[in-house]
Amino acid sequence: MTQQGVRWTADQVLALAPDVSSRKAGSKLGAAGPWSEAGSSDEGTVWGLCKGSGSKPYQTVVDIADATGPAYKCSCPSRKFPCKHALGLLLLWAGEDGAVPRGEAPGWAEEWLAGRRKRAEEKRAAADGSPSPSADPEAARHRAERRAERITAGATELEQRLTDLLRGGLATAEQAGYGMWEETAARMVDAQAPGLASRVRELGAIPASGPGWPVRLLEECALLHLLDQGWLRRDELPEGLAATVRSRIGLPGSADGPPVRDHWLVLAQYETADARLTTRRIWLHGTESGRTALLLSYGAAGRAPELSLPVGLAFEAEVAAYPGAGQLRSALVERFTPPAPTDVRPTGTTTTRAAERYGKALLDDPWLTSVPTTLDRVIPVPAGGSWQLADADTDSALPLAPSAAAHPGLWRLVALSGGAPVKVFGECGHRGFTPLTAWPEGPTGQAVPLC
Amino acid sequence: MNGSTASAPEGTPSVGAPVVGGTWEELVTSALLGTDRRTPPGCPPGGQAPVVLLDAAAVETVRRRAGLRPARAAGRPEPAAADPRPPLPPAAARRLAMLLADRPGTPGGGRRGTAPDLMELLPQWLAAANTHGFAAPPQTLPALLDAARGRTDLRPAALEFAGPRALWLARLNTDWRFALRSTPGGGTAVPGADEPERIQRLWQEGLFAERVSLLAAIRAREPAAARELLETTWPTERAEDRLMFLDSLRTGLCAEDEPFLERALADRSRNVRATAAELLSALPDSALAARMAVRAGACVAVDHMTGTGGDGDSGAGGTKDGPALVVEAPHECDAGMERDGVVAKAPVGRGERSWWLGQLVEAAPLGSWSARLGGRTPEEVVALPVADDWQGELHAAWCRAAVRQRNADWSRALLGAPSTPEAGGPGAVSLAERAKLLATLDSAERAEWVAGFIGTHGLSEAFQLLGVCAVPWAPPLGRAVVDALNIARDAGSYPWSFSGVMGLAERCLDPAEAGRLDGLLAVPDEGEDASPGAGSYWAEAFQRLVGTLRLRAAMAEELATDGTDETGGTGGRGTAA
Repeated sequence: MTQQGVRWTADQVLALAPDVSSRKAGSKLGAAGPWSEAGSSDEGTVWGLCKGSGSKPYQTVVDIADATGPAYKCSCPSRKFPCKHALGLLLLWAGEDGAVPRGEAPGWAEEWLAGRRKRAEEKRAAADGSPSPSADPEAARHRAERRAERITAGATELEQRLTDLLRGGLATAEQAGYGMWEETAARMVDAQAPGLASRVRELGAIPASGPGWPVRLLEECALLHLLDQGWLRRDELPEGLAATVRSRIGLPGSADGPPVRDHWLVLAQYETADARLTTRRIWLHGTESGRTALLLSYGAAGRAPELSLPVGLAFEAEVAAYPGAGQLRSALVERFTPPAPTDVRPTGTTTTRAAERYGKALLDDPWLTSVPTTLDRVIPVPAGGSWQLADADTDSALPLAPSAAAHPGLWRLVALSGGAPVKVFGECGHRGFTPLTAWPEGPTGQAVPLC
Repeated sequence: MNGSTASAPEGTPSVGAPVVGGTWEELVTSALLGTDRRTPPGCPPGGQAPVVLLDAAAVETVRRRAGLRPARAAGRPEPAAADPRPPLPPAAARRLAMLLADRPGTPGGGRRGTAPDLMELLPQWLAAANTHGFAAPPQTLPALLDAARGRTDLRPAALEFAGPRALWLARLNTDWRFALRSTPGGGTAVPGADEPERIQRLWQEGLFAERVSLLAAIRAREPAAARELLETTWPTERAEDRLMFLDSLRTGLCAEDEPFLERALADRSRNVRATAAELLSALPDSALAARMAVRAGACVAVDHMTGTGGDGDSGAGGTKDGPALVVEAPHECDAGMERDGVVAKAPVGRGERSWWLGQLVEAAPLGSWSARLGGRTPEEVVALPVADDWQGELHAAWCRAAVRQRNADWSRALLGAPSTPEAGGPGAVSLAERAKLLATLDSAERAEWVAGFIGTHGLSEAFQLLGVCAVPWAPPLGRAVVDALNIARDAGSYPWSFSGVMGLAERCLDPAEAGRLDGLLAVPDEGEDASPGAGSYWAEAFQRLVGTLRLRAAMAEELATDGTDETGGTGGRGTAA
């Protein structure tokens, strides 16, 4: 591999940080001062000794070439992952010429690398050897049936609650408050239908979400009803739609679609977090196939999900889709190259086409809230207290989603544009457009993450 | 795209529309009130009504979402003015992103550790980038503006670097309005010299802040034009505004301003008169300066009482055989003095005669004293003893005059030798006054003087003086500071007693000096009288110092590559930032 010359930008390194304080602490360590014996290898390994508060320097080593994302090892006691030393080391490597010379990995780094390679080999061998490790297919089928029965019971109960609500009127939901929904959500968790549970929980927040809430509550109740009915009558649905219903209900699927090998451009990476879970969403664009894929990775509360891919870089990999009609969620099967800078950009469309595409996507999945979209030649324009993305060449525009209009990334987008057209990737849905990444006009110019 | 801005297809029921009639609005009403109270139109009342309503609402929701169309574009803002400067070299752009990521509020905890303080390096990074004339990467502008919003001292450099697009942004975000107020001198929003009509319009119709920055910008470019512009509206300006406008003439003050300033001496406002007088006194050849020279000269004389200094109370310092200065403070403040800006009423606690004397001496041109006092040089004048305890008053007034008139010869004389053992030089001036006097010397001489001061007095009082020295510190000064830190370490004290100077050294020491510091990085053996653990703290502090210096060297190098090797030309348009 010849990736030695390819270095990341500071932004890309900082995107790996699990939280804001790690970003700050890592930035401070991104200078030659505390580092010694730093080096990097052609195989995509970076290592160094970092002077900490103790007498012994910390040994930090990062493997950036790994197919599943950068791997880190540091002898510091931090539970952050990656720790500030790993971030600082990568910043040093990204920033200064000659600060991290090419060289032979020292013993302690080589030892860790060898261990990793060995484990990876074993894993691959195991995967090749026995494709289906499931012990007893009969028992598994039995378990699945039991679960389906429970979900059916849960969906039936939820239907009853929805009809009760509609009979008494949504106005009562405002008075009943959040507790009623929490309790229903807990019932759905018991029924092993996490998809239903999270939708119910979101219903609880709608009455407090400002003007127009009855419309939104009716919409979401109706879609929940649709999902219940979809599950109860799943045998009558075409296979693709049935798979969509199963995944919306929250049944685990496996990414068993045919693996697609492509040169994947990382379009965007961002996290959403609640009290229990941090979810990282990574959008990929297949530069040859033109496909869009979504990778999800999860971390327990307060910890960054492991998979991290720097925005604007591209890598060769195989990706397999999860079941479901029009399903974009995929899994990374194997990575062949580490991420490297590229001039490739996704092909874009107009605002009118984008709205049409969302409408079409609802055919396959009526519960879809947005579709990934790249807009070509749009200008961010202030419009009555909010913002919209206006086509440079026509007079149509997509309003920004309310959450996006309040996000600091908006101003990076506005600054990048300066009133001139830019290319924007984001999620386009019924609440508006959420910009995630932008590129300036012209043949070059790096991707600017907005999220 | 939701609600008001979207145009969902209405009226025409699509294929497979529900049996239940009624519009979306009717469905919402039924849902809100409950089907028990309001049955959806076309639906048989009874147990099935809620399900029918949900079915209809589901179809309608998906239909509405699928039918969403783009909204009409709002009026577009005028595009930002083009920034002709070349883009930053890639390495420098990465560095800027790192400096901006280290925003204030870092929970660093008490100890600073060995890592450099990145935020503190932003000012000099900006200064260097401005010297090279690079344009800021557009996507960094929000972070730059936020940084400048929190730190007023950053604003001029940050706004210069941020360029025209930052002002364009500031018009869209009220958080950044300060950028419009504090456009720096050569600001880009200010009309150029070739746009007299725009200048006139802005001057006639602009807000006060805009007019002040316009005047300052023109003054910096073409002093006479600014004065002429001001004269066109002078009589009609409000008193507070006149004061501010007059103040902006301080830059580029020259003899041609004298007639205008003389007229301002008769202004209705006392503050305007005082400022005009102050400006005139800074012009040594002005008529006001000449009048002041006569008045002040009348108060101070050399008394040659060689050997005859018999009488006890006038014998200055017991000098028996040398000339001395005698001071006869004015007995009254006449109308002429008041017209020339002398404030008649003394502050509480000061004698009015000494108050008047101070003002006269301060405003009198320093060049006139030599002739008045027997052809003596400033050094000789300052060395003369002064009778009757007038020395403090007289020397303090000369200090103020030297600062106001930026007279290096007198400053040098009043500062004296840096190694003078007492706290003060011959003028017995305070540290603050000395810092001001130093500012009138050229940077090499200033550095030399402060180096001498540190060599004699150590670092404990040097902070304020170091603050006026040019960055990076000249070699002798840098060496003096490092030596003094070394001595302080050997003396066994803790480094945080010197954290102010340490911080300055990190920012101001020449990065080329880093090599000389290598010997200080190790933890020294602890001496018997040293404070416990001080050695390792010192090592840590020096490591941070060296680390910061290396970082600054890297920063300077990244900016020094002019980027042309990457863009392949000077056009620089559309190249990667």
